[in-house]
Amino acid sequence: MASLNLLIGVCVAYGAFLFLVAFGAERAALKGKSGWLRSPVVYTLSLSIYCTAWTFYGAVGYAARSGLEYLTIYIGPTLVMIGWFWALRKIVRIGRSQRITSVADLISSRYGKSNLLAVAVTLIAVVGTTPYIALQLQSVTQSFAVFAAADPTARTGEETQTTALWVAMGLAAFTVLFGTRNLDANERHHGVVMAIAVEAVVKLCALLAVGIYVVWGLGGGVVETLARIDASPRLGQWHVASGRWSGLIFLAAAAFICLPRMFQVLVVENEDERHLRTASWAFPTYVMLMSLFVMPIAVAGLTMLPRGANPDMFVLTLPLSQGQSGLAVFSFIGGFSSATSMVIVAAIALSTMVSNHIVMPIWLKLEPGRGAVVSGDVRNVVIMARRISIVAVLFLGYLYYRLSGGGAALAAIGLISFSGVAQFLPAMIGGIFWRGAARSGALAGLGAGFAIWLWCLFLPSFGEGVVIPASVMQQGPLGLSWLRPYALFGIEGMDPLVHGVLWSILINAALFTGISLFSFPSPMERLQGAQFVNVFQHSASPRGWEGGTAQSEDLMVMAQRLLGAGEAQLLFQREAARQGVQGYLPEPTGEFLQVLERELSGSVGAATAHAMVGQIVGRTAVSVEDLMAVADETAQIMEYSSQLEAKSAELARTARQLRLANEKLTQLSVQKDAFLSQISHELRTPMTSIRSFSEILRDSGDLSEGQKARYAQVIHDEALRLTRLLDDLLDLSVLENGQVNLNVTRVRLRDVLDQAVSATGADRGLMVLRRTPAQEEIWLETDGDRLAQVFINLIANAEKYCDAAQPELRISLRQSEGQMMVDFIDNGSGIETDQQAMIFEKFSRIGEQKAGGAGLGLAICREIMARLGGGISYLPGQRGAAFRVVLPQARAIAAR
Amino acid sequence: MSKSVLVIEDEPNIIEAISFILSRDGWRVASHSNGVDAVEAVEHRKPDLVILDVMLPGRSGYDILRELRAKENTGKLPVLMLTARGQTKDRALAEEIGASRFMSKPFSNAEVLEAVNALIAL
Repeated sequence: MASLNLLIGVCVAYGAFLFLVAFGAERAALKGKSGWLRSPVVYTLSLSIYCTAWTFYGAVGYAARSGLEYLTIYIGPTLVMIGWFWALRKIVRIGRSQRITSVADLISSRYGKSNLLAVAVTLIAVVGTTPYIALQLQSVTQSFAVFAAADPTARTGEETQTTALWVAMGLAAFTVLFGTRNLDANERHHGVVMAIAVEAVVKLCALLAVGIYVVWGLGGGVVETLARIDASPRLGQWHVASGRWSGLIFLAAAAFICLPRMFQVLVVENEDERHLRTASWAFPTYVMLMSLFVMPIAVAGLTMLPRGANPDMFVLTLPLSQGQSGLAVFSFIGGFSSATSMVIVAAIALSTMVSNHIVMPIWLKLEPGRGAVVSGDVRNVVIMARRISIVAVLFLGYLYYRLSGGGAALAAIGLISFSGVAQFLPAMIGGIFWRGAARSGALAGLGAGFAIWLWCLFLPSFGEGVVIPASVMQQGPLGLSWLRPYALFGIEGMDPLVHGVLWSILINAALFTGISLFSFPSPMERLQGAQFVNVFQHSASPRGWEGGTAQSEDLMVMAQRLLGAGEAQLLFQREAARQGVQGYLPEPTGEFLQVLERELSGSVGAATAHAMVGQIVGRTAVSVEDLMAVADETAQIMEYSSQLEAKSAELARTARQLRLANEKLTQLSVQKDAFLSQISHELRTPMTSIRSFSEILRDSGDLSEGQKARYAQVIHDEALRLTRLLDDLLDLSVLENGQVNLNVTRVRLRDVLDQAVSATGADRGLMVLRRTPAQEEIWLETDGDRLAQVFINLIANAEKYCDAAQPELRISLRQSEGQMMVDFIDNGSGIETDQQAMIFEKFSRIGEQKAGGAGLGLAICREIMARLGGGISYLPGQRGAAFRVVLPQARAIAAR
Repeated sequence: MSKSVLVIEDEPNIIEAISFILSRDGWRVASHSNGVDAVEAVEHRKPDLVILDVMLPGRSGYDILRELRAKENTGKLPVLMLTARGQTKDRALAEEIGASRFMSKPFSNAEVLEAVNALIAL
């Protein structure tokens, strides 16, 4: 009789053996002698983690309870392996080309590297896998219990309960040691895979040994065994509940693809796509061998063991009951292998997801800026995150095992766990076959499916009344009967499992499809979608990064800390050589950044790698959208042409401005010439008279007194004219240059007009009529002398030019739209229309030349009024010459 | 028979000065102060010499000279041009059109006398 101590010893020895295998494989891989490690056989065997302790022990129990139904668990994966080979190949190809590290990474990467989605998938995976890990712990504990029961020296009770804890701790240690040696998940865990392959052989051999013993040792051959099966009341009958069968087959098939641990060995640990071809027939064969002796063992157990014996433990108890302790220990090791391999791979897969999608993003966020560049080994952070995740996952499993009490209820948890992870299916399959699949759809589908799964399958699995009260199970929450966990929407009488799977997957898929149809994926999603769906057509990777000012050195620093110095240097050197650059620093081209990002994503996941490279390159996620914009040719061409249009319009505008400026300059130059010419003329004319008459006075001695006086008067007048002209010129120059000093005081308009009228003297018979004396009583805040100058000029002009027989000038005030205006209108013939515009220009004179004016008066008036803040203009249509002086507005009002 | 001169000028004081100088020298002086009908005035008075100002109201002295030179009976008439714009290009333009003599204002009386006598002696 095998003692418990012996069993523990065997366990420890077996563990040590696995350590050695894993260690040896790692060493061999390191030395490059990994050829035999990379064989399709190892790959196929590693897939066998699908067969866990639950299958090893539970299949027999399942068969004992429900007949052939246990086969569904094997039929599902077999169908996938054979019938869905092309789909698997696509997933593997995508996984390799995108350096996918987990299910969460696959889904997140497909839907625009969305970390939210990755977190959701990770959480579902953790929740869905924890019970399964608990199940493994339970099976190991139970098998210990079987031996303990048979060993009189063993201490029972609490001792066996702690077994689970010890097993969990041992597994954690093994997983930490071999699961987190390499950071890059895509470098694969040679040691672990090898150990799993060995375990696969051990568990198959163990089960086969028990089977052979049962059939030939106990049953007396194949014929007798078949006869006994036939005779069995429960197993012999071929009754198939087609709904439940197809449901279970679907579930097993979905789980085979979606289970994080299966994804790990199937995709992540895949060395060579061709291995899948071998596995497509080898794995079904393995599964068939595993299930071969399930029925005989079940029948033998049912007939030979006492009633009430746990059928889940027949594989152990049958040999034990026959005294075959050696076989029993072998069988125990088979079960132990099944449990440990599953837990190890599941823990690695989950820890990768947790650290990449939850811990790293949080860490990056907590340390903004320094995440990727500043010193400190990021590798350590990642590896610590993984290790802690592994321990946490195993502890969760243990906790679940303790809380659920390790009862028979656990047996059903396997399928419930399957249906939890099956929620990934729509998003995953939709994502790799349908380009229209959108992130929002995936999120909604996952969320809804997960919620229904929680309500209908997971929470009730704790047992009636544990989490969900019995009343709710019967009547629904808050009396809403359509929400009863086993009869959603009032559909009763279905198998609870099929019911839950049906509703969760149905609603999941419906939401996923519906929302995807009605939402428009982001450019990043569309790009990734195209990469995934057309993975076989696209050999090139998406160019995520274009241009950019990335510092190659910074990238190198980051890469060294993620990939390790040697690895990173090799990568950089290789890329530099490919670009034709000497040394270790390649140009940060889009292509190089793409390669680097993919390498890094093997370590930290696509979303995180993208973010880290983004931190250094200085752009986050923008470039892909840029790229999409560039790829959108129509938009590009339209933009280009509109730019051209804008440019040519701008050119035309500039040319017009230049032409205008040129014209202005030419005009100015012409004006200057004309001005100089005018001044010359205006100066020389009086000087001619002065010179001529002064010579006459000098040279002619015979002049009469009258002549002398007259000529002296001419000289005097012309000298005055000259002075006046110079004064005007200076005045105008000062006014035009804005250098004039205004002497602003408070003056009454009447006083200003009085001053002007008296200054002109009105000696030539001009009648000045003040038409609106009452309105002249306003006060102005202005330069009174300057305003008077304007008025004097206008009155003098009327005196000079008014050609009426009885000339008169009417001065009237007028108010309009808040403006105060003074009109000077004479009764002459006025100014002709074509000359009205010219009269304010310098040296412009109208009609016959009369002595005195140089043509500067009105030009000066205009300047003065502009300085005072008012204006002067010619008022056409008044019969005589009419000038309107607009008084400085603000001042006029303020002065009231 | 004394020589006759027609002064085409718009400044009354200058007309008076020139008239005084030339009449003391024995010239018969007539004046015309408008550009528009200056050519008719010349044709009508048939002077031996014309003193022509450039800047005249109504018509420029250059235009008047051009017309005089174009006509058969006045084509060779001596014309002394006076201008208050003493720029080189004015002188060049006057010579090109065919002014017999060009003087800029202000002039010296002796110079004017010398010029008109020289022109008439040709």
